[in-house]
Amino acid sequence: MNAFSAPTGLRRLGSLLARPWRRSLQLRVVATTMLLGMVVIVVLGGLLYTRIRDGLVQDRLVTARSEATRGVRDAQARFDTVTDPDSLNVLVNDLLPRLASPEGDRSRDVVLMRALTNDRPAVVPELSSGDVAGSTIPASLRRRVTSSSQQQQEFVRVRYSGSSETKPGVAIGSTVTLPVAGTYELYFVFPMDREQATLDLVRRTLLGGGIALVLLVGAVAYVVTRQVVSPVRHAAAVAHRLSSGRLQERMRVRGEDDLAKLAASFNTMAASLQAQIAQLENLSRVQQRFVSDVSHELRTPLTTIRMAADVLHESRAEFDPAIARSVELLATQLDRFESLLGDLLEISRIDAGGELLDLEPVDLRDLAGRVVDAAKPLAQGVLDLHVPTHECVAQVDSRRIERVLRNLVVNAIEHSNGKPILVRVATDDEDPHAAVAISVRDHGVGLRPGEAALVFNRFWRADPSRARTIGGSGLGLAISSEDVRLHGGWLQAWGEPGEGSCFRMTLPTGPGVELSASPLPLAPQQEDMGVGAPYLRISPRTAPDVVRQERRAGRA
Amino acid sequence: MKARVLVVDDDTALAEMLGIVLRGEGFDPVHCADGESAMVAFRETRPDLVLLDVMLPGLDGIEVCRRIRSESGIPIVMLTAKTDTVDVVVGLESGADDYVVKPFKPKELVARIRARLRGSADTGPERLQIGDLSIDVAGHTVSRGDQAISLTPLEFELLVALARKPWQVFSREVLLEQVWGYRHAGDTRLVNVHVQRLRSKIERDPERPEVVVTVRGVGYKAGPRG
Repeated sequence: MNAFSAPTGLRRLGSLLARPWRRSLQLRVVATTMLLGMVVIVVLGGLLYTRIRDGLVQDRLVTARSEATRGVRDAQARFDTVTDPDSLNVLVNDLLPRLASPEGDRSRDVVLMRALTNDRPAVVPELSSGDVAGSTIPASLRRRVTSSSQQQQEFVRVRYSGSSETKPGVAIGSTVTLPVAGTYELYFVFPMDREQATLDLVRRTLLGGGIALVLLVGAVAYVVTRQVVSPVRHAAAVAHRLSSGRLQERMRVRGEDDLAKLAASFNTMAASLQAQIAQLENLSRVQQRFVSDVSHELRTPLTTIRMAADVLHESRAEFDPAIARSVELLATQLDRFESLLGDLLEISRIDAGGELLDLEPVDLRDLAGRVVDAAKPLAQGVLDLHVPTHECVAQVDSRRIERVLRNLVVNAIEHSNGKPILVRVATDDEDPHAAVAISVRDHGVGLRPGEAALVFNRFWRADPSRARTIGGSGLGLAISSEDVRLHGGWLQAWGEPGEGSCFRMTLPTGPGVELSASPLPLAPQQEDMGVGAPYLRISPRTAPDVVRQERRAGRA
Repeated sequence: MKARVLVVDDDTALAEMLGIVLRGEGFDPVHCADGESAMVAFRETRPDLVLLDVMLPGLDGIEVCRRIRSESGIPIVMLTAKTDTVDVVVGLESGADDYVVKPFKPKELVARIRARLRGSADTGPERLQIGDLSIDVAGHTVSRGDQAISLTPLEFELLVALARKPWQVFSREVLLEQVWGYRHAGDTRLVNVHVQRLRSKIERDPERPEVVVTVRGVGYKAGPRG
């Protein structure tokens, strides 16, 4: 667990920092500058500190060594003047404080110890000045002093008897020969606490100065990048506002530098965009106005013609057969003309973009039921509706969706040649609140390859030579496609020659719901898998005839 | 007696054709070509119903409708070339009882006119109670206590339809059939707009209706007796 949690925590921290790092140029510049500044300062500070420390220690060592040499010589000379143990003891007790630095100075202390090799009776006790503990002198130094006639030195921690305090220092030792008592080791201990204090001060100063310097470098980098970044940010903000529709937004132009040039070109671009958008908006308004006017201007005479035709149609029994037939043709073609005009106006309105949806929750099972019932008299073959037992509610403009479905069903009837048609309604099994779909499957002439993409084009016809039994403007599917698109849904087609076709409408259950998949299959291959019907893969052992029959059986 | 229909339309061909059709159906049509003279013609001819084009030179149909409504509750049917939601609703809110979209079939128009003229002629002497209102069906009057409330015939019919079956919730489609005479699906906005107009006249607080109550997702019903 722990082995995992540490990297996970780090990764989380990393990802937490990665975002601002990626997003802020200023942060990157400031951080990089501070990092580089820190490296330089650490290297320089380290070098400086080492030089100062070495200098201080070296100075102290030189004086310490000469003091020690002088002290040992002095002590040896004094020891040589006495012969008996008593006066030796007196001398030692008298001498040690004098070898040490004067009271209150404490820059030098003395320790007298029996040499490790001395086997004579201990006449003189081991002594030290200023409470320096014997344990200050390390055994390694004592061995070197005993085995050599030369002065020896070692850096030590100076300890004091009766106190836990220690100080850094240097111990310099030599052997002295005492009358009667034999060889003793005389150590001069120089505490270097003052040097240590000086070094501490230097270190603190360097550290403080370094931190201040890094921060200063960071602040400088911040100020400098700000001068560049803030106009860029300003530009980004203005561009954002522009793109969200506030076309009057402009950048401030100050001075004559590169940023001013950027701002000036930006403003030129914005002005040209604004002009073009205004022009397009104006065009759109003109178009809408035109559509509205055409609507009124065309409809009024059409109404008169319509009424006249109807009056004629009512009394057609009194006319010659030829005139009666003409009146009939006039009436039917007026119907067609009317529906064409209606569709044209509808699609122009959609193109003008002024269409609003009148959304309300609708159970698509009811809607499909109404459409199928209304279309039944037109159908020559079977027209079936399969709906689930649960609700299929979506927020839709029922007028439009009903129109789309009516259109799909009437199309299917027209192209099915009396073969069965199946209308299905379904919701997503996993998430019933995501999508609702209605598919219309016919087994008629179907679509040739590539036609599935064309059927939604305006005035596109599957077969120009085919007689139209029900009629239509050629705009029906184009309008349907736009209606579904207004809802944020999909309208798709599938078809194969001789196999029939399938039109599927997938709708989100409400505004703001994104479609990701459709609850119903479009092509029948998916259909077979979807409903768990036997789906045969063609393998060499299965006779193709059997496969075809089974598939046909499965569909019927 | 022939019902007199005032046709207000600037298109003379259409007006003449309307005249032929209406005369053929046993009405007495009177024509008027613009909005300004419509009010004069209205006062002079005292028609039983007005057919009003929305787009008129001078005073437009919406304004004419508003003026006629301020003087009289007679049925007004609008002729509109626009199916835009806003135009239709504005027309209805200005006081029109019904509308017909151009190009219409003559039979459709005649059916609409007859439905508006039919009125409640088939009703016997009857007194109804809805909310704290009392309705005299034969006398065509509605009153709260001693205070009479003036309603247009359409609003009166709407109220009577609801009051006759206070236990029933009426869907908009059913009301369209009963009150407006649509045998097939009509525009349910007709119901919405006229319920609003009715409420503004009969409710103590139209924001919190007590007489005509909305049943969410279904339609309207009569409020409890006050």
